Amino acid sequence: MAVATRFGSSLPAPLRTPGARTALVFAVALALPFVGHNGGFTNFLADAGAFVLLALGLNIVVGFAGLLDLGYAAFFAIGSYAFALLASPQVNVHWAIWPQGGIHVPFWVLLFVASGIAAVFGILLGAPTLRLRGDYLAIVTLGFGEIVPQTFLNLSQWTGGPNGIGSLDQPTIGSYKFGFDPLPYYFMVLGLVALTVWLANNLRASRLGRAWMAIREDELAAAHMGINTTTTKLAAFAIGASFSGLAGCALASKLQLVSTEQFQFQVSVFILAMLVLGGMGNIPGVIVGSLVLSALERFILPQATNFLHGLGFASIDLSNSRFLIYGVILVMMMLFRPEGLIPSGQRKAELHAAEDDTTVAGHEQELYTEAIR
Amino acid sequence: MALLEVENLVARYGRITALDGIALTVEQGEIVTLIGANGAGKTTTLRTISGLVRPAAGTIRFDGRDISKLAPNDIVRAGISHSPEGRHVFPRMTVRENLELGAYTRTAKSEIAEDTEQVLGIFPRLRERYEQKAGTMSGGEQQMLAIARAMMSRPRLLLLDEPSLGLSPILVQTIFGVIRDINARGTTVLLIEQNARQALAVAARGYVLEVGRIAHSGAAAELSASEAVRAAYLGGAA
Repeated sequence: MAVATRFGSSLPAPLRTPGARTALVFAVALALPFVGHNGGFTNFLADAGAFVLLALGLNIVVGFAGLLDLGYAAFFAIGSYAFALLASPQVNVHWAIWPQGGIHVPFWVLLFVASGIAAVFGILLGAPTLRLRGDYLAIVTLGFGEIVPQTFLNLSQWTGGPNGIGSLDQPTIGSYKFGFDPLPYYFMVLGLVALTVWLANNLRASRLGRAWMAIREDELAAAHMGINTTTTKLAAFAIGASFSGLAGCALASKLQLVSTEQFQFQVSVFILAMLVLGGMGNIPGVIVGSLVLSALERFILPQATNFLHGLGFASIDLSNSRFLIYGVILVMMMLFRPEGLIPSGQRKAELHAAEDDTTVAGHEQELYTEAIR
Repeated sequence: MALLEVENLVARYGRITALDGIALTVEQGEIVTLIGANGAGKTTTLRTISGLVRPAAGTIRFDGRDISKLAPNDIVRAGISHSPEGRHVFPRMTVRENLELGAYTRTAKSEIAEDTEQVLGIFPRLRERYEQKAGTMSGGEQQMLAIARAMMSRPRLLLLDEPSLGLSPILVQTIFGVIRDINARGTTVLLIEQNARQALAVAARGYVLEVGRIAHSGAAAELSASEAVRAAYLGGAA
């Protein structure tokens, strides 16, 4: 408790409420692309924002409900392909009404459709794993993560196989087309991040959120409380997957392309690493972790490589060993700060309580002597 | 009509038969105990009643209604609450949050607040620890929390699995006192114990389980006096 209030009270008065801090963060995020007018930076921000969406989605499954999912990229793939198939010249069906051929459902409708489809697959893939826990769940989800992109690769008559699907529709607002400038995509992603943060925050405090936490802590006890563990876990898979549908639409429409290479196992690991780095279960932590890893991948490693090249180590390419570097970061985090960069308030209070609380054995003794008297 | 009627209950784990035709009844307002050695099927009996293990055969009627095919969450809603062996409190949640989850199936806030007050009255220790993480509390306090949490669904039948396990003798007395207290307030109790002497002291009736079958049953006083039960479960002919 003390730690949480200490953090708040050290800030200037207008920033002491979480709402005010959130508003400030979004104001800064809105202004960011105009710093330096750098198209490359805006492009990075839009991509990083999409990964924030993914991290927030995986956080529902892993962070809130405690279900270790190593194949989250599968849902990202399903959301992206759902969008690509329904917003491109790819699929020609006799009932199609669009003169240019293919199916062209409006983007804003597809945001809901694609996340709905991802959610349905969340339930379909979640259902067989319900009896599994821990390592076993991780292995099965890992399998799904491999199967789904492979399936898209093999269904080449619809998905274009290794070529992927191109010429995807761009979002439009009235007569304004988003085009190839990353700026409107960034604002859209920012809007989606705001939406998902709001959703995740409300979910966490909801009855469903409490049921997730209970399952994460002790599934048996959760069942004893009258929590329907089946539907509660499926809800986590479905809602987590639906966030990746949003990210899939946003990223696919921006890149104008989907292909199976975007959804390899590394992507699942990359997103999971964001949670571990930032602080599992904690929304600001997850966002920070996600941004740090995105920046590491896009800027820090290439620049560090350049720096090393400048020093004469021409053979070193840090970008190629990025998974080694993520691995080292994760091991370091587990050793020195297992709760993540920004642990949840609950975790913080807990660590503090452990300091205050001299010994548990002390209580037992106290209870014992009191009872004797 | 008895509150709980179990007939010919059979439960299996794979090819191993854990319960081989159990029959027992619990009347409204009673404390009934189920005693027996490790592996006799005591915990399986409770887990089957609360829906966590599917019976292979037999019926479980609660208040006249067959509950043997209901899901565990529906059984809690029907009015059976189960405090599991080994306490299983939510360690990283506070006492308050544990109690809130105990009332998960309920929505009426004022009634929940009322029941919270009631269990904190029964367990004053929990009031002192109200905002403390359950995992940092002592074993005895966690056991109190487990029972209190089970009471939060306002059960008509409370299933208690080894509430005295691992507690100091003084705390065992406290816990058994509380079981009497809860029963006196109107909750029917089905109690599993290894501490047969204590269990028979609080219970009105008892059943003795031996490898999946009921070996003896009767009034608690009769069982305490029975030579066979004394020899096997009460530490010889004392």
